[in-house]
Amino acid sequence: MIALVDYGAGNLTSVRKALGAVGARFWTPTHASEIDGATGVIVPGVGHFGVTAALDDSWRAAILEAMERSVPLLGICVGMQWLFEGSTEAPDVPGLGVVHGCCRRLEPRGAANVGRPPVPLKIPHVGWNSLTFSRPTRLFAGVPDGAQVYFTHSYAAPLVSATAARTTYGAPFCAALEDGLVSGVQFHLEKSGDVGLLILRNWLAQVRVADDVHAL
Amino acid sequence: MTSMLSKRIIACLDVRDGRVVKGINFEGLREAGDPAELARRYNVEGIDEIVILDVTATIEARQARAHTIAAVAREIFLPLCVGGGIRTEKDAVAAVEAGADKVSLNTAALRQPALITTLGNRYGSQAVVVAIDAKRQDGRFAVYARSGRAETPRDAIEWAREAADRGAGEILLTSIDRDGTKSGFDCALTAAVSSAVGIPVIASGGAGAFDHFADVFTDGRADAALAASIFHFNEHSVEALKNFLHGRGIPVRRPWHVAR
Repeated sequence: MIALVDYGAGNLTSVRKALGAVGARFWTPTHASEIDGATGVIVPGVGHFGVTAALDDSWRAAILEAMERSVPLLGICVGMQWLFEGSTEAPDVPGLGVVHGCCRRLEPRGAANVGRPPVPLKIPHVGWNSLTFSRPTRLFAGVPDGAQVYFTHSYAAPLVSATAARTTYGAPFCAALEDGLVSGVQFHLEKSGDVGLLILRNWLAQVRVADDVHAL
Repeated sequence: MTSMLSKRIIACLDVRDGRVVKGINFEGLREAGDPAELARRYNVEGIDEIVILDVTATIEARQARAHTIAAVAREIFLPLCVGGGIRTEKDAVAAVEAGADKVSLNTAALRQPALITTLGNRYGSQAVVVAIDAKRQDGRFAVYARSGRAETPRDAIEWAREAADRGAGEILLTSIDRDGTKSGFDCALTAAVSSAVGIPVIASGGAGAFDHFADVFTDGRADAALAASIFHFNEHSVEALKNFLHGRGIPVRRPWHVAR
């Protein structure tokens, strides 16, 4: 059973809908201690990094403890950023720190403008942009290089060794990461059509493998 | 591979009494079908986003119907924006809880600009779209409220800037002059607003041919283009439009091209 962590960062309706569409069993824990029964953990998120402050020490400890039990973890959007050490969007709020690096604001440097002079990039980065894979990963099994997914964000994570896919908006950033059982996506897989659902299914396969191991 | 943000093609469902309708210059509505059914078709054709506008909501003081939102949200795993009749924070919350990812504020934002900030703080600015209905008037672009029926003293470019400053994540810009006429987007209006703000601008009103989209993405500097009747009545498919734009060197998402 997947713990979908609701810490008040926006609306979880579409994440719930996507999980339902791929046949995942999930619940929303009301207390951090409930995570000890989870076989997968999803940290969603939308909006400001500062809202992750609601993930206090009890949640952090519960999620870290789940990782020690080899429970797959997936961060989405701000939830992925939270896996890093922090973000300049809310410098006083620490991330979980399981991935090294800090998220920073996208820079509106000049962008190509379909045959016209470059114009400053719009921030936030809103819309469909393509993924370039750094290496084969479980998360993107069957997803073609160049597939487009839906982004909406103003801050982004740096390219790190765990980066599974990068996207370029002015400069390249970490669009997704996979490090063992830790995964994260900057884009909204729940809003990325069939490709998004495929990525979610791929992550779910890790949870099912973990379920089988736990059942032994 | 150098990636580039795609120009979005957005289908607008103007909904009244649970059915999709479409008028010309905001008048003379004709029926175009079931919202969920249209959304399903557009999704298959590769639409990038869906907007539901309850076109009569503001005037008749109705809320966008939660069941219409939920029915469309069930069909698609794409961004869904809802507007029309979002007058208060409570209306916005109802729309989001029914499945909207973004809410579009028009008359309410004009009446109470602080609502933009309130909703931006609650859901993040990516969830707040400010819709501006503009009309050419005495050499400027005047802003109209109440579905184009009430002139306001505001200037579209200045209002777009203010909306962005107050925390809007996108501007949905409709040319009243062009709406439903199929004579092309108002590229001058769109370029003026798009150049004035640092947030994405969705052009709306006047789509009638594939060339119109190419024009608004180049001359109009639009980040996205919205259309309704060109898609509803099976005149053109989203897929054919995107293939056309791709051929013109405009970056678009063609899911059938990579994923199938």
